[in-house]
Order: sequence, then C-alpha cells, then structure tokens
Amino acid sequence: MLQYIIKRLLLLPLLLFIFTIIAFILIQAPPGDFLTSYIAELAASGSSMDRAQIDALRTLYGLDQPMVIQYFKWLGRLLTGDLGVSLDWQRPISELIGDRLTLTLLLGGGTFIFTWLIAIPIGILSATRKYSFFDYFFTVFNYIGVATPTFMTALVLMWISFKYYGINISGLFSAEYVDAPWSLARTLDLLKHLWLPIVILGMDGTARLARVMRANLLDELNKPYMEMARAKGMSEWRLVMKYPVRLALNPLVSTIGWYLPLIFSGSVIVATVMNLPTIGPMLLRALISQDMYLAGTIILIYMVLAVIGTLISDILLVWLDPRIRMEKTG
Amino acid sequence: MTRPTDEPLLSVRNLKTEFVLDEGTVKAVDDVSFDVHPGEVVGIVGESGCGKSATIKSVLRIIEKPGRISSGSIIFQKPGEQPVDLVTLDQRGKHMRAIRGGDIALIPQEPMAAFSPVHTIGNQLIEAIRLHQKVSKQQARDIAIERLKDVSMPNPEQSLKNYSWELSGGLRQRAMIGMALSCRPSLLIADEPTTAIDVTTQAQVLDLLRKLRQQHNSAIIFITHDLGVIAQLADHVVVMYLGRVMESAPIDDIFHRPQHPYTQALLQSIPTLKTVNRSVLPTIDGSIPHPFTRPAGCPFFNRCKDAMPGTCDRHAPEAVNVSATQLVSCFKFQSDGSMERHK
Repeated sequence: MLQYIIKRLLLLPLLLFIFTIIAFILIQAPPGDFLTSYIAELAASGSSMDRAQIDALRTLYGLDQPMVIQYFKWLGRLLTGDLGVSLDWQRPISELIGDRLTLTLLLGGGTFIFTWLIAIPIGILSATRKYSFFDYFFTVFNYIGVATPTFMTALVLMWISFKYYGINISGLFSAEYVDAPWSLARTLDLLKHLWLPIVILGMDGTARLARVMRANLLDELNKPYMEMARAKGMSEWRLVMKYPVRLALNPLVSTIGWYLPLIFSGSVIVATVMNLPTIGPMLLRALISQDMYLAGTIILIYMVLAVIGTLISDILLVWLDPRIRMEKTG
Repeated sequence: MTRPTDEPLLSVRNLKTEFVLDEGTVKAVDDVSFDVHPGEVVGIVGESGCGKSATIKSVLRIIEKPGRISSGSIIFQKPGEQPVDLVTLDQRGKHMRAIRGGDIALIPQEPMAAFSPVHTIGNQLIEAIRLHQKVSKQQARDIAIERLKDVSMPNPEQSLKNYSWELSGGLRQRAMIGMALSCRPSLLIADEPTTAIDVTTQAQVLDLLRKLRQQHNSAIIFITHDLGVIAQLADHVVVMYLGRVMESAPIDDIFHRPQHPYTQALLQSIPTLKTVNRSVLPTIDGSIPHPFTRPAGCPFFNRCKDAMPGTCDRHAPEAVNVSATQLVSCFKFQSDGSMERHK
C-alpha cells in the first residue's frame, strides 16, 4: 500500500513537467500574443501606441524570443517558485490569484462536501425504497437537477431574491468587506454568502451522484452476499450499510479524480453570472486578453488538481477495495 | 431406517409462498409440508425451479418482495423450548433475526458470491458470532478459529485474514460451513452446497457434513438436484416438482420403492452399474411448464406416463400415506379406498 503510494508520488514530478509543456503550448496556441490583443483593445478604445513603444514592450516581455526559450524561461521561474507577472494586471501572479484561489478552494470544497453529503443518503434511500414515493420524488428532482444549467438556476434565484426581497445575492462579500483585509467579521460575512453558490453549484452534481449511487446500489442489493448476511441474522439497515453501500461507493470514489478540477473549471459561468471572486472568471479574462503567464499558471493549477484528485481517488480505491490492493502490490 | 419418534425440530405445514409480479403470480411453494427431526438429514430434491430454494428461504424468512408467504405454518421447536411459528414472526424483527443464524443457519449455494469480496473471512465470521453471542472481539476470534478447525480448515488463523477470493472453492465452502456452524445451530440448511465445486471437493464437503452431524447432532435440510448426493447423506427425502411435494419418504423407500411416477422417472434417468454401456438413458419427456402457464390439476400430468385424463388434468391430488412414513401425492393412490388420507 505504502509502496504503491510512494510509486505514484515519484511519478508526480514527471507528470508536472509534461503538464508545463502542454500548458505552455495551449496558451501559445491562439494566434498573436498579449501585445496584439492589447493593441487591438487600445485601438477599440480610440488610442494607439507607436511602433517603438510596441517593440520595447515586446522585448521587455520577451515575446520576441522563440517559443522554446520563452518556455524554458518560464519553467525556470516556476521552479524557483516565481509565477511571474500578469501582463494585463501588471501585478505578480501569486498576489493576484492567492485570494481567489483560497475562495475557489473554499467554494469548490464546500460544493464537493455538500454534494456527497446530500447525494449519497438520497441514493441509498432511493435504492432501498425502490419505487416508493421517496424514490419517485427524488427521481424527478434529480432529472430536474441534471437538466437545469447551473447558471440558469443562479440567474433565476438572483432575480427572485432581488425582485421579491430586494437583496442582491451576487458576490461572496457584502459591499463593505469586498476590499477589506481578512478579519473575523469578513470571514463570517463570507460564510453568509458562500452557502448559496454552494447550493447552486452543487445541485447538478448532487443530482448526478444520487442517480449513480442509486443505480450502483440497486445492482448490489440482489447479490447473494445480501441474502447470506440476512441469513446470519443481521439487521437490514446494518447490513445494507456494511456490504452493498460499501461496494456501491467504490466506482464513485474513482470519479473524485476528475470531479476536483471540474469544480474549478465548471464554475466559470456561474462565477461570472454571480460575480464571484473566484479563479474561473479570471482565467476567462486572461485567455481573452492573452495574458499568457496568468492563463498558464491557472491551467497548470487545474492540471495539478486533476493529478491530486486522481491520486486521492486511487488511494481511496485501494483502501476500499482489497481486490485492487492485491493486484497492485502483489 | 425409521423416523425418530420424538417431537420434530421443524414442522412445515401447507406452506404457500408466492411472488407477485407484473406478469402474474408465481406460486413458488404450493402447499408444502414436511418435518425435520433433531439430528435428521432431510433432502429436498427437484429440478431447477421446483421451489426448493423458495421453500428454505421461506423457512429462514428471507423471502424478499415481491415474494411473500401467503399461508401455512413453520413451527420451529428447539428441544426443551416453546414451539414458535416462524410465519407469524416479523421477518426483520429481533426474534426472527435471533433464530436466523443462531438456531437455523444457511450454507449457501455459491460461497464465492455469498462472501463479501471486500471484507475478510475473519471479519464476516466474527460478525456472525457477535450477532448472536455476547462476546468480545477477541473471544469471537477464538471461537471463529475453533469453528474453522471443526471444518478442518488448514491454518485457521491465516484464513481469518484472507479474502474469500484468495481461497480455493473447497476451502471457501469450508469457511462458509464454519460460519454457519459458528453459533451451533440446531438446524443447518444447505442450499446445493456442492453445486459450485468440483466432484473431489464435493465428496470432502459431504464427508464434512456427515461428520459434523454425528458430532453435534444437528439436523440438516439438504437441497440438491443430485440424487447421488442425496443417497449418500439423507435420512428422509422430499421430492418436489413445480412448488409441490410429489413424494416424501425415508431414503430407502425413495430409492427402492418409489411410488410417484415422477420419482420413478427421476430415478430411471440416473445411470447405474447395471445400465448397459452406450445405451440411451431414459429422460422425462417434455420440460417443466413455465410458472405462469402452470397447468391445472397435478403439475406433472402433462409429462406423466400414468396420467389419467379427466382426473389428473382437473384436480390437484392430495398427499396420501402409502405406508406409515411414505407420502405420495398422486391419484393412482387416492382411488384406493384403503389408503388413509393425510391430514
């Protein structure tokens, strides 16, 4: 087990190296560079830059160098922990994304916990009470949850709360705390705002997860080990929780891997609609303005999250399922 | 061999179990009666789908929806205790759960599937022990090792740490039998325990069951479609067909004086030492009717060589005593006025 985890951890640096290449190629893929889109933006607002100025900037940012050299310069800086400076915001990237990253993690983690906490019990109850009112109710609920785009839910809720209660529910902070330094009051204010985006973001995932859990569990409920456990005299609830639920969770655990980065990228539209100070909208803006180092950093973070997520689900799966454990170590 | 005269341990009377499906109601067990005495091995034989498993699941009260016991009684009486009708107990209630696994234990058909693949044998064995006995985990572990020794498990301590899929088929079934024995049940129910294992291992498992029965005097209900296995083990045989008991008699009567045409046909289809080499074995014509299109009257009449048109296809025969211990459910014997009708 430990050996297996160490093996996986040793692979991480190699994976990260490959990711930096992919991330760099991705952000270089659109035609032009930051300056072209910057000039276009300037032109759109009626001002312009002269040739010399542009060339000076291009040399300053190193955009005139070949791609390979640009890449290794970036990589070198990354290795020393320097994420670089955002061309668009003219501020160090670490400073720029630090706060947003925390909030994104908070929102993503909250959504994740919310999803599992709600979906798994619904799935279990639906499967064990198949074709009951409860089951039908949540089947309908889940269809609606899966079918409704989250940004739509967000818009509807925002409109309702504004129209009928006069409350603006966008953002994660009340106006007076938006730019305030972190304090207890600001944290409490955050928690007051955080639950709604969590519910909105989590609805879709909850519905999906509950459906999968129900289906997985239904498959397990007819297995002979259920009958055997009953024949042993186990109480129904205890045996359901010990055997089939455990086995039904296994395939779900392996989905945590891609669920983790999905929470971050998936929330871009909702975050934009609800004006959440998370990382999604920042990536969107960075991509539009071709702010390559910022976009690269964020994409890299996504990739790291995907790797961490996969690692977590692999470890969980090995821990949950001895059959896999034996295969891997033996 | 005559049947013991003491009180039966288990007395099933007119048991009916049905499954209510969208396509119709399947009468899986239809008016089944039989007794099991302490220390006795009762074999229930029949083809697939004849209601053997449904019968023992009814006894264990683990018939799940959409199935249900619609009538009849299952009286269970531990020696020296009050008899209790299992049908009246709450299927998931405490009393039934105490009997299940404690007094009546199951040896399942496929030990591979009956063990959870993600829990160790020890975990599942200790759980079975602690469900019925107030002992600590360590004590339960000691009992578990003891039971595994009872079933001649090599290296019991190690097997507790194994997962079911790490053991061979025979050892798996041994572990299962060890688990069934964990609380010293007075009745063991073996549901085709030798079907999923090879012939050599089969013989070992049968030996083991025979030995255990002698040592602990536990009664066994043994379900199989294999008459050869029955011949080796059973004292009394119940022959079932499509949910009904065709014939019920001591082992010698079944093999030497079978009365019901179905029993006779079954026995003829087994090769014996006297069978001429390369001759075609007699088979029973036709196949078992589909449960939804079950014929009226005797369920066997359309395949029966002795069927009497006008009688067998209209009415269901009742069980008749052809001797003190042999019951036959056939009109051939009902027409004889001297035959005493069974209650």
